[in-house]
Amino acid sequence: MGKITGFMEIKREIPSRRPVGERLKDWREFDLKMPEDKLRAQGARCMDCGIPFCHKGCPLGNIIPDWNDLIYRGRWREAIDRLHATNNFPEFTGRICPAPCEEACVLNINNDPVTIKLIEKNIIDHAWAEKWIKPLPPARKSGKRVAVVGSGPAGLACAQQLTRAGHSVTLYERSDRVGGLLTYGIPDFKLEKWIVNRRVEQMKAEGLEIVTNCRVGIDIHADEMRSKYDAIALTMGATKPRDLQIPGRELKGIHFAMDFLPQQNKRNFGDALEPASEITANGKRVVILGGGDTGSDCLGTSNRQGAIVVHQFELLPMPPEKRTDDMPWPDWPMIMRTSSSHEEGVQRDWSVNTSRFSGENGAVKKLHGVRLNWKPDNGRMVMEQIQGTDFEIECDLVLLALGFLGPEPDGIISELGLKLDPRSNVQCENYMSSVPGVFAAGDTRRGQSLVVWAIWEGREAARAVDAYLMGETFLPSSPEL
Amino acid sequence: MMHNYRSMPKKQGLYDPAHEHDACGVGFVVNIKGERSHDIVAKGLQVLDNLTHRGACGCDPRTGDGAGILSQIPHEFFANEATRLGFKLPAAGEYGVGQVFFPVDAVKRKECEDAFERIVNEEGQRLLGWRDVPVVESACGDIARRGMPAIRQVFIAFSPEVKGVEAIERKLYVIRKRAMTEAERLGLFDPELFYFCSLSALTVVYKGQLISTQLPQFFPDLLNDAFKSALAMVHQRFSTNTFPSWDRAHPYRFMSHNGEINTLRGNINWMVAREKLFSSPLFGDDIKKLLPIVEPNGSDSATFDNCLELLIRTGRSIPHAVMMMIPEAWQNDRQMSDSKRAFYDFHSCMMEPWDGPASIAFTDGIRIGAVLDRNGLRPSRYTVTKDGLVVMASETGVLDIAPENVAHKGRLQPGRMFLIDTALGRIVQDEEIKESMAARQPYREWLDSSLVTLESLPEASGAPAVDYFEGDELLKQQQSFGYTIEDLKMILAPMATNGQEPVGSMGTDTPLAVLSNKPQPLYNYFKQLFAQVTNPPIDPIREELVTSTETTIGAEDNLFEESARHCRQLQLKQPILTNEELERIKRLDIEGLRTVTLPTLYRVADGEAGLRAALDTLCRRASDAIESGYTIIVLSDRGVNADQAAIPALLATGAVHHHLIREGTRTRAGIVVESGEPREAMHFCLLVGYGAGAVNPYLAYATMAGMIRDGQLRDIDEDTAVHNFVKAVGKSITKVASKMGISTTQSYRGAQIFEAIGLAEDVIDKYFTWTPSRVAGVGLDAIARETAERHTYAFKVAVNLDGDLDVGGQYQWRRAGEFHMYNPNTIARLQHSVRSGNFRLFKEYTKAVDEQSRSLATLRSLLKFNSSRPPVPLEQVEPASEIVKRFKTGAMSFGSIGKEAHENLAIAMNRIGGKSNTGEGGEDPARFVRDANGDFRRSAIKQVASARFGVTSHYLVNADELQIKMAQGAKPGEGGQLPGHKVDDFIAKIRYSTPGVGLISPPPHHDIYSIEDLAQLIHDLKNSNNRARISVKLVAEVGVGTIAAGVAKAKADVVLISGYDGGTGASPLQSIKHAGIPWELGLAETQQTLVMNGLRGRIHVETDGQLKTGRDVAVAALLGAEEFGFASAALVASGCIMMRVCHLNTCPVGIATQDPVLREKFSGKPEHVVNFMMFIADELREYMAQLGFRTLAEMVGHVECLDANEAIAHWKARNVDLANILRRPDVGPDEPLHCIELQDHGLDKALDNQIIELAKDALEHRKPVEIHLPIRNVNRTVSTMLSAEVSRRFGAEGLPPYTVQIHLNGSAGQSFGAWLAPGIALHLEGDANDYCGKGLSGGFISVRPPKEATFKAEDNIIIGNVALYGATGGEAFFRGVAGERFAVRNSGAHAVVEGVGDHGCEYMTRGLVVVLGKTGRNFAAGMSGGVAYVLDEDGSFASRCNPGMVELGPIDSQDELKQLHALIVRHGQYTQSEVARRILDKWDEYTRKFVRVLPTEYRMVLERQHLNMDSDLARLAAV
Repeated sequence: MGKITGFMEIKREIPSRRPVGERLKDWREFDLKMPEDKLRAQGARCMDCGIPFCHKGCPLGNIIPDWNDLIYRGRWREAIDRLHATNNFPEFTGRICPAPCEEACVLNINNDPVTIKLIEKNIIDHAWAEKWIKPLPPARKSGKRVAVVGSGPAGLACAQQLTRAGHSVTLYERSDRVGGLLTYGIPDFKLEKWIVNRRVEQMKAEGLEIVTNCRVGIDIHADEMRSKYDAIALTMGATKPRDLQIPGRELKGIHFAMDFLPQQNKRNFGDALEPASEITANGKRVVILGGGDTGSDCLGTSNRQGAIVVHQFELLPMPPEKRTDDMPWPDWPMIMRTSSSHEEGVQRDWSVNTSRFSGENGAVKKLHGVRLNWKPDNGRMVMEQIQGTDFEIECDLVLLALGFLGPEPDGIISELGLKLDPRSNVQCENYMSSVPGVFAAGDTRRGQSLVVWAIWEGREAARAVDAYLMGETFLPSSPEL
Repeated sequence: MMHNYRSMPKKQGLYDPAHEHDACGVGFVVNIKGERSHDIVAKGLQVLDNLTHRGACGCDPRTGDGAGILSQIPHEFFANEATRLGFKLPAAGEYGVGQVFFPVDAVKRKECEDAFERIVNEEGQRLLGWRDVPVVESACGDIARRGMPAIRQVFIAFSPEVKGVEAIERKLYVIRKRAMTEAERLGLFDPELFYFCSLSALTVVYKGQLISTQLPQFFPDLLNDAFKSALAMVHQRFSTNTFPSWDRAHPYRFMSHNGEINTLRGNINWMVAREKLFSSPLFGDDIKKLLPIVEPNGSDSATFDNCLELLIRTGRSIPHAVMMMIPEAWQNDRQMSDSKRAFYDFHSCMMEPWDGPASIAFTDGIRIGAVLDRNGLRPSRYTVTKDGLVVMASETGVLDIAPENVAHKGRLQPGRMFLIDTALGRIVQDEEIKESMAARQPYREWLDSSLVTLESLPEASGAPAVDYFEGDELLKQQQSFGYTIEDLKMILAPMATNGQEPVGSMGTDTPLAVLSNKPQPLYNYFKQLFAQVTNPPIDPIREELVTSTETTIGAEDNLFEESARHCRQLQLKQPILTNEELERIKRLDIEGLRTVTLPTLYRVADGEAGLRAALDTLCRRASDAIESGYTIIVLSDRGVNADQAAIPALLATGAVHHHLIREGTRTRAGIVVESGEPREAMHFCLLVGYGAGAVNPYLAYATMAGMIRDGQLRDIDEDTAVHNFVKAVGKSITKVASKMGISTTQSYRGAQIFEAIGLAEDVIDKYFTWTPSRVAGVGLDAIARETAERHTYAFKVAVNLDGDLDVGGQYQWRRAGEFHMYNPNTIARLQHSVRSGNFRLFKEYTKAVDEQSRSLATLRSLLKFNSSRPPVPLEQVEPASEIVKRFKTGAMSFGSIGKEAHENLAIAMNRIGGKSNTGEGGEDPARFVRDANGDFRRSAIKQVASARFGVTSHYLVNADELQIKMAQGAKPGEGGQLPGHKVDDFIAKIRYSTPGVGLISPPPHHDIYSIEDLAQLIHDLKNSNNRARISVKLVAEVGVGTIAAGVAKAKADVVLISGYDGGTGASPLQSIKHAGIPWELGLAETQQTLVMNGLRGRIHVETDGQLKTGRDVAVAALLGAEEFGFASAALVASGCIMMRVCHLNTCPVGIATQDPVLREKFSGKPEHVVNFMMFIADELREYMAQLGFRTLAEMVGHVECLDANEAIAHWKARNVDLANILRRPDVGPDEPLHCIELQDHGLDKALDNQIIELAKDALEHRKPVEIHLPIRNVNRTVSTMLSAEVSRRFGAEGLPPYTVQIHLNGSAGQSFGAWLAPGIALHLEGDANDYCGKGLSGGFISVRPPKEATFKAEDNIIIGNVALYGATGGEAFFRGVAGERFAVRNSGAHAVVEGVGDHGCEYMTRGLVVVLGKTGRNFAAGMSGGVAYVLDEDGSFASRCNPGMVELGPIDSQDELKQLHALIVRHGQYTQSEVARRILDKWDEYTRKFVRVLPTEYRMVLERQHLNMDSDLARLAAV
């Protein structure tokens, strides 16, 4: 149980990052490694709580205290087993998860939380390095065929669980490489792509079949899918971006983040891009609209591409530095967060409303905005523009990172006539859509969310699929409270 | 206000008459020479009269619980009466007299009489005549009269073949037994209606449901001068019920009992099991007429009497029989003679001890004696006079005897017998009786030739020490038996590493097994029972000398013979076997010891039917094996595979055990269990409790070996791990047994000290026969299904999907684990709501708790509201501010939680008029005054727990309520320990101890071993503060209602029924999880029993245990509670996040810690707790409005507003039957359902009223006063009210020394000088009873024999047991010998005494004790502080001292010698002690004979602090 008095004796410590100047020159990871003894000391800070709030805070339900303790004791081999018991891909979450577990850590009440994410990442990296991660093909095949549509974290998790349960699983991906957002979305400096490939190789060796460049519903139709597979799991993400319908939106140089980010991934792969559609921030004044993670990714990418200056605007007010009474522990707090990309240079501003764009020659040159005042009204916060605060800012590239509005409704969803919920996600009951045998998970079902949620959904959906096919399921579950 | 029962009501709802307990005052008077006189009878009655306060009355103050007298047959009197009635009696001793209760109904009576007469004739004897026993009906109370039987005497003459008194008695025995059987056949059987008080040629018993003073008034016979006897045994009963029950008065035919047999269920089962083997030449075929030996519906005493009678009538002498049934603690007694040890060893092969506190007075009409159980937990004092009289009684002073006539004053000692043989005309000492018994047969030779020890068996070569399962096989085996990660980490690891039992904190909030969605081991459907109030738990660590784990297995032989064959058994040191040991047993094949192994597997695919068939087959095979001559049956579940699953080991064991009992062959073979299933203490306890003689947990061993292999366990080898595990389990079994007051594994075996919750009736009846079970539940189908689920998990789930054991989640919350009511959601919402004061958020919290639709957890979750009353507008419901006055926070000691958290609760509760509780750790007097801002940090409830830390007169007067903690939910029946590192300067000061020295709380209150002792403590506390309510805290278990009724009769003002699930600072996990039951059951039983008894109106009922929401409180109120306690929830409101590490001092939110750094992190505010309480009340009001109640008072007990929620379709829960819980007792509409009147504590009769009046000058003007008064044993708790007056007026400091000097003459009643305040000096000439100087709070006591006495004071007993218990300061000088447990838990008093009984200075933490004479055994057990000087003239003291915590040595410091000298001088000065004079005369010589007893830990602390004892003691005096 860690060291009983560890939390009183040892301070929280995270590894330092490569210097900004250095890391801006490449696309490699920015965290430095931490020596093992220091890492184990961090594990000793875990208090092995009677109620591990981290374990609830983690969408996956990672049994965090168990592996914190194992690391403290240097039992790496069991640690990866305990970690894999709830999480198929700790190498992803250990890098890109915002770590709600740490917010929920009991030490976070009046101290600094345990470095859970750091420990997670090290457990899995260690395991790969030791070559402990081997394919785990099923002992027996069920004879059932399952299609998983979409190869993001939800699809990968779902496919891996189903493959291991003995089903013949085919994973469909409309892009040329699997991984979804992991591959084409998250910048390499946060998640190097060999890490994704390495995991995909394991899955192939377990018997997973992969079909890329195939748009289900267009390249292959629903009836064919239905006849080929005993069950279908839709894990296509929520890729419909939120747009900004304001004057000047049609100007060139205004792009969705998800049109911008994948290109860099491709470049890093060495793929040739069509020059006409290339978007780059090199030598540009960039404005990013949206203060979330995607915005952050655009920021890091822009800086690395050589942007002159990057502004990032957020509609909402600047969050407080620390928790306030209305954001009590252990809930996820809306506080000011500074990502590695922010460290690399940005002009951030809050309570900003973009009213229009203006440009020259059809290309954007200026953003026109106004400041907002947020005030409570009937229990909700409403905004009003502050008179006389109109401003404008010069820009050549505007990236819209305003969130997503659910899965793209055409294709398989409309073909099958799946019912959608009010938020235009696929409506499910225990992961099964309105059409028997067709399941949905991840962002497709719950809407835009974190990678950990996607993996969790993929795992839980796999159980539902398995139970549907076999009448019972022995796949593990980490039920939500 | 009175119930309508004509006799003991039958079992109904949760009330079961079988739970009745009693205890009492017992005594006898005998003329040693056997000279008969009426005077002896009259003296007996006088003794009884003076024991009245030990009895009790129910709702009718004139109806007592029973009183009686046993005498020799008064031949002269009966002869006269017979002549008057027209028949002639034969010579004395040649006829039998029966004292019989008959039905009042003439027709029924005639039937009984006719049947009886016919039987007398059939047996060849002659019925001489009947006599109506004259009674004065008006002398007894109304309830008693309603149940009064017709009382007649019958006289029987014998045919010439029946020669001699023994033959006559045997014949009468047969006649009586036949009459009972016949009555049952005729449907007349009802012990209250047709009952023989006695049927004998030697003795006659007059008894009835009377108060002792009523006995002679009711039976004028007893006043007749011709009514003569040489002996008179009397008894005054205190029962926990108030129903008419004439037959339950004592004496029984051979004995009177004060105490309780804890192992009764097992003893009865074993007797039944033996019956078929009975054969006696004295009876021949008649033996069958005696069956059943144990009369149905009898109390424990009646049952004991039945067995005693059997042993006597089949040829054993009465002392022999008593020694068999209540052996002294011989196993660990190194000083015992070998022949005596052999006697006990031999007899242990024939009968298990009848274990439990017992002071038993017995007689066969010629010999009369008394014996005390091995623990010596009942008081018995005797006086021998110079003119040949012996008076023995629970107290001294019960008979006025001129001091100059006293030859000797003594007490019964633990395990010792005291016997007067009137035929021999002398007292026979313990040693003489026992050695003569031991010499009866060549027991040692027999043992040597027949008894086989495990060690003596040939080594089982080739048997692997630990199993190695190949590949995943270990995992599969573990999974199939339901092992979890937690089992390894929290249970096995600590046991394997340190031999320690696993410890946890903060109670339990997981579902009952029957409500859980996870497959539950069958063990989890059982809950441990434990001792509270009516019998004491014992301390298996500090009082190890009375415990024993030794057992024998094999075949028993005919009980009535003795031969070498009778001890042809296998003796085990303890019941947990290693693999090698089991193999030795399996290979046994010698004459009389043959082992057979029976598999306990079944085809899992066959489900319930397969399981049922497998059990039947197993039972049949066991019968066959016995028939074939096997005497040891091993039930083995080895070989579980993909096809075969194991029958749950407990089910297999219970099935075979009860099958063989029913078949009458159980005692012909022992049962050994070889199972992969048992791994925690509770499992082993259950297996042994349901009959297993030994258990081999092979998979637990293999698991530990696996843990060593993969590095989970380090620095330990397999052998050591196994050894540690066995040791830990052994300790745990002893502990679990000792919670029930049971000392030996032998008598624990088969004793079934459990209650089942959630098992179907047919399962109980067939496999766990006689186990209490009140809510029914799942059948074999569910048991099979749960087994199959585990099996599936093991054999169907691919390892690559879930390569590990189940997470468990019993002890720590896990998402995929067991449900917890406290979970991240509920805790977060509760904290957010009370911090923000947001009721809407609070409702979210309560919704999350109450709506257990997905996860049922509690019995209350199965209930719904169902009121036919019209709803009431919310605003008409009494305000929350009124309701919260009924709210309390739980008892959490300052020490277990930090100062800030403790005071936070107190401030909050005082702000709203509720009550907080000190817990057991005392309280800083600075908190007794209000703070400048108006806040009050004083806890309204002052707890009085077993260790009495800081319980001074001043503490007691500063309470609104005094709570006697009999048990706590998390670990009922257990003591506690505050480790030295938690005892900082401040805590030490508050607890009157030394910083750094650990503090032990013993399992029992050493002044409460039975119900009448509790009545005494209640009386004492009422005297200590007559303005405070007295509350008694009990923990729910089967029978708690009956105990609560006893508590009501003992005049408590409040009874608290705690659920088993309450929180705690630290407790063994097996207690947290498995001891006690939910409050719903306990509360409902309490309400039903109190209402049925007409006692509910006299006492407030409170409940606690995981109360979290307004709904919980509403349910509790409807079930009968009017006050409510919150502990965990109040802590969560204060910031607790259920870390469950209270025992580690590392609470990260600064609550359960003394670490100043962590305490700084405490962020709770009184407002948070206030908000919580107000929210609960607000929510409760909503329920009240909806249900139609305007006030809580009118709501209490309206159980008809609750109903079982039929909507619940949970596959297990739907079998739960709540009808018993929801039953409303069948009483009139006027019967109160809540408290409406005050108890009459009778303080107006106290001697102190007079004393206070006489001490007026001192109290009002601080002027010295001297008072002279006589005193008698009925004057109890003398000077305590006076002390309260002093403390109220003058605070902790009291008055200057000797301001009030009180000179008393006579025998003082119990609790003389309790909590005596500074400034008061008591000088008693005479002697004193138990608890003398208890809680001495700075006052002065001296006791010396009367001047006229001629006996040697130092050889005679002067004060009773448990003197100076929990004293915090002051001085005491006793010229003479004290009883057991002198200065137990002393933390400050200085005392001199001239000899002490067993367990002297036990648990002492400070103070100074000088013993100028012999000590008993186990001196200084658990003594962690203070010092004792023992005069050891013959150098034998060391052998009687418990060296566990102390060091012995000479007194090497001059300062110490000076102090000792001064004390002895004072002793001589105040008591005129001869011993003191002798020592002082030759001081230099004697100084060398003193042994200093100094606790090691205390010495080390003193050395560390560069203190010496004197300055430490001086510091103490300054406190």
